[in-house]
Amino acid sequence: MASLDRVKVLVLGDSGVGKSSLVHLLCQNQVLGNPSWTVGCSVDVRVHDYKEGTPEEKTYYIEFWDVGGSVGSASSVKSTRAVFYNSVNGIILVHDLTNKKSSQNLYRWSLEALNRDLVPTGVLVTNGDYDREQFADNQIPLLVIGTKLDQIHETKRHEVLTRTAFLAEDFNAEEINLDCTNPRYLAAGSSNAVKLSRFFDKVIEKRYFLRDGNQIPGFPDRKRFAGGTLKSLHYD
Amino acid sequence: MSFLIDSSIMITSQILFFGFGWLFFMRQLFKDYEVRQYVVQVIFSVTFAFSCTMFELIIFEILGVLNSSSRYFHWKMNLCVILLILVFMVPFYIGYFIVSNIRLLHKQRLLFSCLLWLTFMYFFWKLGDPFPILSPKHGILSIEQLISRVGVIGVTLMALLSGFGAVNCPYTYLSYFLRNVTDTDIVALERRLLQTMDMIISKKKRMAMTRRTMFQKGEVHNKPSGFWGMIKSVTTSAPGSENLTLIQQEVDALEELSRQLFLETADLYATKERIEYSKTFKGKYFNFLGYFFSIYCVWKIFMATINIVFDRVGKTDPVTRGIEITVNYLGIQFDMLAMQLTLRCFSALNQAQGITAASHSEAIQEEKKVSSCDSDEGEVLVPTHFLHSGWNNHCHVYQRTADHSYQVLLCHIQQ
Repeated sequence: MASLDRVKVLVLGDSGVGKSSLVHLLCQNQVLGNPSWTVGCSVDVRVHDYKEGTPEEKTYYIEFWDVGGSVGSASSVKSTRAVFYNSVNGIILVHDLTNKKSSQNLYRWSLEALNRDLVPTGVLVTNGDYDREQFADNQIPLLVIGTKLDQIHETKRHEVLTRTAFLAEDFNAEEINLDCTNPRYLAAGSSNAVKLSRFFDKVIEKRYFLRDGNQIPGFPDRKRFAGGTLKSLHYD
Repeated sequence: MSFLIDSSIMITSQILFFGFGWLFFMRQLFKDYEVRQYVVQVIFSVTFAFSCTMFELIIFEILGVLNSSSRYFHWKMNLCVILLILVFMVPFYIGYFIVSNIRLLHKQRLLFSCLLWLTFMYFFWKLGDPFPILSPKHGILSIEQLISRVGVIGVTLMALLSGFGAVNCPYTYLSYFLRNVTDTDIVALERRLLQTMDMIISKKKRMAMTRRTMFQKGEVHNKPSGFWGMIKSVTTSAPGSENLTLIQQEVDALEELSRQLFLETADLYATKERIEYSKTFKGKYFNFLGYFFSIYCVWKIFMATINIVFDRVGKTDPVTRGIEITVNYLGIQFDMLAMQLTLRCFSALNQAQGITAASHSEAIQEEKKVSSCDSDEGEVLVPTHFLHSGWNNHCHVYQRTADHSYQVLLCHIQQ
């Protein structure tokens, strides 16, 4: 059972936007009763059927790495966080619909996570500002999720949703808006569930399948290189 | 006429401070958040503006800017407004916002916030019991009562803060306390952290698979909810969910370990940065300052202990004495009043450390000194019982001078 293939998805966002509640909802289909501050990183696993309903259906594990902290924290904390950004296959960016600043900080979050992966190849040309071209040729699929939808008043809903639509366009990503304390938003068959499924399929495809549909010969779950660099310690 | 000009100057400066407080709030304090209740921002900016205005008025007293009577009027007005805000508005709003966050009390939040405010007022009043604030000259419902209590809280807070700062500052600056951290340490710790995460992941995978098979077989995993649910779950439980709880406990322990490892790694990175910093010029300068401050800190602790044990009244602190001696030695002609006032301000700030315990005994001694000060000037707004002796030295020193205006000034400043 543990020999299924797996993919790693990061869940990033400001403090208090609802990442832990979201991950709990995605993996256990239950609402998180007592949310508390995430120190370091908390992981959860979801079993996902790739290409459900077709003959090529295959089950994968999706690991959600929910990294805590704020984007403006000390550089020591940032360096420590960077250890979790190794070999990421997908990124979920979470922001709070009631707080505009958390949406703006998503740019910095994505740069922090993406730059970490670029470092080994030596390509690090950014002064921290948002650069659209960087997202254009980005290979890692992104998904933007807005939380606390229930706290937005009906009258303001339209303008908030247009703003988030622009945000998702900037990242070249799909977007989902929901309320993490209500499992009905992700009920099977709803448009949100379909988008989520599509995102997971995309992540799995990018990782395991080449352009022409052939499967990349997969390595077994873990391979430890003695004395290797940090990246190869978590080779998948 | 001059009163109008003075008032307009004061009001413009107040508006400037208000704007500055507003900007500071928006740019620094609420950098990552959105302001939902503008009341908070307004109250913050108003408190900031009035505090800065009081400070500005003191400077004006020293420099002699503006008309004396208009200064006096503005001072009284400022004092009343600040007391109103500090004692009535801010605690009430704090209570109101706390109560609004609790779902249960949401309906009657006004009532509960009033109750909270009354509790606060009770404890606030009780605060003045150990101190001889009630004097026959001023009634019980006078402004002195409020200011004295606010002063007690303020001086205690400052003493705590400066005590903490005195110890924390050398510890942060000195490079003597830095552990030696190498890159290999950090890499080893990170490796352990990732291994722990991998273990957590494999356990969670087992749990997810178990849950999925249970779901497919049609068993529903019920979390024991409520009292009867818990009693039932003691006797009957499906084997699958038993497994889950066991694995969940292991996962909890591993997660705690991963948190500790994360914090340790962050600590190591921070120490490494400090080591890098201490090698720079600025780092070396702060290291030197650290040694100086640690000696100063030890001296202050020693003197405070002596003061408390022997029930002495502390005079000036070493820094003020040092500055006085240097000034006299160099023979520089300063405006004596301005110099003395700034020195006394500095010494008051310094001597607030750890002498609040002794201030009670001092306060009784000060009673006599203050009453003599009182008798010369009809309108002393605040008794100085709770302030330490440094301030009252002023009163003595300047009573010796014949100049009446100095006395007036000092009795005002002693508010």
